[in-house]
Amino acid sequence: MYTQAMDTMGKEEGAPKAVRSADELAHQERFDARIDAGDFIEAKDWMPEHYRKTLVRQISQHAHSEIVGMLPEGNWISRAPTLKRKAILLAKVQDEAGHGLYLYAAAETLGISRDQLFDALHSGKAKYSSIFNYPTLTWADMGVIGWLVDGAAIMNQVPLCRCSYAPYARAMVRICREESFHQRQGFESLLTMMSHGTDAQKAMVQDAVDRWWWPSIMMFGPPDTESPNSEQSMKWGIKRISNDDLRQKFIDATAEQAKILGVTLPDPALRWNEERDHYDFGAIDWNEFWQVVGGEGPCNRERLAARVKAWDDGAWVREAALAHAAKQQPLKEAA
Amino acid sequence: MPSSITVSSDPSVQYLLRIGDTCLILAQRLAEWCGHAPIVEEDIALTNMALDLVGQARAVLTRAGELEAEHGGARHGEDELAFLRDERDFHNCTLVELPRGDFAATMLRNLAVAIFLELLWQRLQGSSDAELAAIAGKAVKEARYHREHAADWVVRLGDGTAESAARLKAALDLLWPYMAELFEGDGVDDQAVATGLGPRWSELQDDWREGFASVLTAARLALPAERAFRSTGKLGRHSEHLGFLLAEMQHLQRSFPGGVW
Amino acid sequence: MSPAPIQEVIAGTKAEGTPSPHKAEWPLWEVFVRSKAGLDHKHCGSLHAADPQMAIQLARDVYTRRQEGTSVWVIRSDQITASDPGEKASYFDPMEDKVYRHPTFYELPKALDHM
Repeated sequence: MYTQAMDTMGKEEGAPKAVRSADELAHQERFDARIDAGDFIEAKDWMPEHYRKTLVRQISQHAHSEIVGMLPEGNWISRAPTLKRKAILLAKVQDEAGHGLYLYAAAETLGISRDQLFDALHSGKAKYSSIFNYPTLTWADMGVIGWLVDGAAIMNQVPLCRCSYAPYARAMVRICREESFHQRQGFESLLTMMSHGTDAQKAMVQDAVDRWWWPSIMMFGPPDTESPNSEQSMKWGIKRISNDDLRQKFIDATAEQAKILGVTLPDPALRWNEERDHYDFGAIDWNEFWQVVGGEGPCNRERLAARVKAWDDGAWVREAALAHAAKQQPLKEAA
Repeated sequence: MPSSITVSSDPSVQYLLRIGDTCLILAQRLAEWCGHAPIVEEDIALTNMALDLVGQARAVLTRAGELEAEHGGARHGEDELAFLRDERDFHNCTLVELPRGDFAATMLRNLAVAIFLELLWQRLQGSSDAELAAIAGKAVKEARYHREHAADWVVRLGDGTAESAARLKAALDLLWPYMAELFEGDGVDDQAVATGLGPRWSELQDDWREGFASVLTAARLALPAERAFRSTGKLGRHSEHLGFLLAEMQHLQRSFPGGVW
Repeated sequence: MSPAPIQEVIAGTKAEGTPSPHKAEWPLWEVFVRSKAGLDHKHCGSLHAADPQMAIQLARDVYTRRQEGTSVWVIRSDQITASDPGEKASYFDPMEDKVYRHPTFYELPKALDHM
């Protein structure tokens, strides 16, 4: 759901090793041909190690994003202002857990276990989408997250349904199908407050927009000129559309949606450009982006601590389940 | 700040509030696990169950509001009832408002409540109130699922490791005294029986004990001895926990009077 | 901060004789769902569960949102024997094999414990 351009998350290791056997070269040639032909690669197919590692990182970090993303929204379940909104939020967060699961399952087809992936997350080696390092401070944040953050995620995700690695593509198809209600419910919640709500509610909405706008457009990752790994990912059919193109598409769509809502986007330079047939927008503060990615955002430590705690606190539960299952085995065999 | 509403003391309304509030408050506690469960799959299972319970609460509270009006009182909607009543006017059993505790405590409480609700919903399918009967028809399937999930876990934990068994035992010691309240009766039950609205909760006790005891046995635990203590949540006199829970749950509606969500 | 190369993550602890921290993992199960009478079961994905009952329950929660009438099959991933046609002209005979590259599927001699 939250696929911040994965090429920003951690430096890539150097180019693949130089010495290769004739077999390997033949495999590589055939692999390249399949990629160029738009074929799908399945779990057991030969693939370059670099391709496999890139996918493990991208898919697992996508999965981590879903799971960590449950926390900022989970904050507001107990305080949802109506029973209907409580139910909607519960369903949404549950979906996110499910999406995380689909993605961990896809990552596991590549030769890594889920526990290993959690180790990487909990130790700080693996990243998740940095949008979740921002705090959810009001109920309006729920609507804005649905509108902007899910909106950005959808834009990132739809192209991934055609990713060359089939298990990932299949997971994305399933996810996109379930995703449609997330953005809609967020927008609808905001529209209700802006159209029928009190002045205090409208002010709450505008404040939430002011805080989430810039982090949302940063979700598409650094400019194409500063994304060295994009090119390789594009060649491999892992990435289909560039960061800047996606970002522009998103801004064009949401600027119009903001008018319907009656909110102001906090960018004085945002202006329709007739010539380009796109919206012009102001300079993004990439310092903030790199700081948050690097661990200095408002909630980085808390988010990770919450996940580590849940994992550690749950160890005895997982062990008990395994112990119980093991006790059943001899009984079964005797039967 | 909108003042709290007062609700009809009509027994039929009270009977429904006991059910609806129990579902709502348990849902509130279950939802606290969101993002913190021992494994992602259980996050999904727990939020699934919370969703079911919210659905049951909404249906029952809505019906309670309608009955209020039918008996000459104000007609309150599900949200007014959920967000604008004071603690004294909530009628969930105390058991469900207790803090969620660890996973053992959550599973044990779920077991006790799910066995109970499954029995209750089964009986309510024959209610003289067609609306309630329809709600029960759907809810009984959900309660069965919740019971199976909780029972499987209680057995796993009771017959798992030494640590899980110890935690389960501690949970049973903590929660057992609050389970007796489920079967306390009063005039509200009498009225429900007289009108065919639903059974006395005390009628469910034998079946409940049998179901609960059989799971405990598989979990290598025994039913504790009867205690004198009786919690009184159904009567509106709660533990100290409900106040904090409601303060959190009701805060937005209280601080945005007239808000539209 | 750059992530460790994936080999390090997979290798777990490097100390000789120290048990891998990942031995106590819930096994992986594959899930097949038939959404409507008359259709085949379709592979949906996988999940971790400690035992078959849990696997079924979780599969229903995760892959069917408990829709009545759907049929769910679960099978431990390491019990599946697979033959993947894969590439047409292979340099090796397609061997009957496990479903994934999953490291715990393959029993290696102890000497290769850190592979």
